[in-house]
Amino acid sequence: MKEKTDVEEKNVIPDPWSLPLETLDVSKAEIFQSNQHGEYFRRLRQESPVHFCQESQFGPFWSITKFNDIVAIDSDHKRFSSDTNIVIGDAQPELVTPMFIAMDEPKHGVQRKTVQPAVAPTQLSELEVLIRQRVGYILDSLPVNEEFNWVELVSKEITTQMLATLFDIPFEDRHLLPYWSDVATTSETVGIEVDMNERQRVLEECLAYFSKLWHERAAEPRKFDFISLFAHGEETKDMINDPMEFLGNLILLIVGGNDTTRNSISAGVVELNRNPKEYDKLKSDPSLIPNMVSEIIRYQTPLGHMRRTALEDVEFKGHTIHKGDKVVMWYVSGNRDEEVIENPDAFIIDRNKARHHLSFGFGIHRCMGNRVGEMQLRILWEEILKRFDRIELTGEPERVLSNFVMGYSKVPVVVHKK
Amino acid sequence: MVKVVFIEHDGNSHEVNAYAGESLMEAAVSNNVPGIDADCGGNCACATCHVFINPEWISKVGERREMESSMLEFSENLKPTSRLACQIEVSEELDGLIVELPEAQY
Repeated sequence: MKEKTDVEEKNVIPDPWSLPLETLDVSKAEIFQSNQHGEYFRRLRQESPVHFCQESQFGPFWSITKFNDIVAIDSDHKRFSSDTNIVIGDAQPELVTPMFIAMDEPKHGVQRKTVQPAVAPTQLSELEVLIRQRVGYILDSLPVNEEFNWVELVSKEITTQMLATLFDIPFEDRHLLPYWSDVATTSETVGIEVDMNERQRVLEECLAYFSKLWHERAAEPRKFDFISLFAHGEETKDMINDPMEFLGNLILLIVGGNDTTRNSISAGVVELNRNPKEYDKLKSDPSLIPNMVSEIIRYQTPLGHMRRTALEDVEFKGHTIHKGDKVVMWYVSGNRDEEVIENPDAFIIDRNKARHHLSFGFGIHRCMGNRVGEMQLRILWEEILKRFDRIELTGEPERVLSNFVMGYSKVPVVVHKK
Repeated sequence: MVKVVFIEHDGNSHEVNAYAGESLMEAAVSNNVPGIDADCGGNCACATCHVFINPEWISKVGERREMESSMLEFSENLKPTSRLACQIEVSEELDGLIVELPEAQY
């Protein structure tokens, strides 16, 4: 019994208002898993919007928590670098996998532009019919009047199928993608204790899988999947000779396509159940879906932060950020900034200016796949409303342990047919 | 009042009355011109208010600046006449301006 009490005590998250402001440490993954980060950030926004935390498991770091301050830092890529590390924790040097999200210009722009055609609007409109068919099939296969985990059968499955198409890997291999995605995001650098060497071993399997695919694609004419675009890109065709950089970009595209939309799909069900009036609004007016999609993405903020490193001393809002300092932009806080977003803690599907949120980041590193994510959510809710009277949340959702991924591992539901 | 015409990709045109001092993006959004998303709210940070300036007007509207170019570079539809509407200030001199909209905002 005593042991259990100790564990419980360890897991109690202190009230942020009871702690000394200067030692307030928002990098602890447990705060997010227990969904108690909201008050921590409320205090920072009110009392110390540009906050320096001297000691944490990741060393000292700045927290930027107000919407407009985040836009300013995110847009200032010449002074706030993305080079090598874009989450709070630094990767061990021997495990660094370069990827274009964690590069500065000009290399970032070159690599991004090479693969971006895979998710450009014209390419996506061609994929829409296929995605709608698959979403319909997934929904029609769900157990009826029986509890199941929405995350496993819907959120993961839809995003996995989409991503398998964007990589053009065999359909039957698709479950490797969320597996590798989860392994990649389960890292010490975002506050999770894990065997980093075992993690690396699994990621090397991922590298081997895609290296084989690269050679096949390089020998065939160019087409619009990520691997073919890289293999035929003038500036990227030798990336295969730098396995760590190839692996880094694979992780970027796999995680970017998995953990983000997956958690927005789960969050939609959770928030519509917590806000039954909003669910009623949606059912009586399905034309609200595109606006609701933006509101879900704001409200959930699937990636809680991005981090930059100051390249020079910068005076910012009365503080001196020194060269080399870590600067963490808390999107999950800026999206609840009452000075920019009216009634920000409320989930309102017909919210005015719902697109004005931070979840995709701003500036040159802004999310490349934002339209893919929005499209999947829009199609999903259009197809849900055709089939179901209600997706009923039947238990408390379980959140993942991370200061980076704001996600759900379990969302128990029962679906009720129309 | 400054008259501005926005022409959608499908040819639909919208004539709006803009105010000197506001941005071209603000003029479009406050008049519900479809096809201008303006996700960042006018900070030159998202490239979702992309427009093409009618060639006859380029000299009056002016050139894009460095950050604007960096953002536009990632657009699928970049043209020499591409600008971000949030970075263009409406003035009396622009009365009669014609801009076209891309097929999609990235």
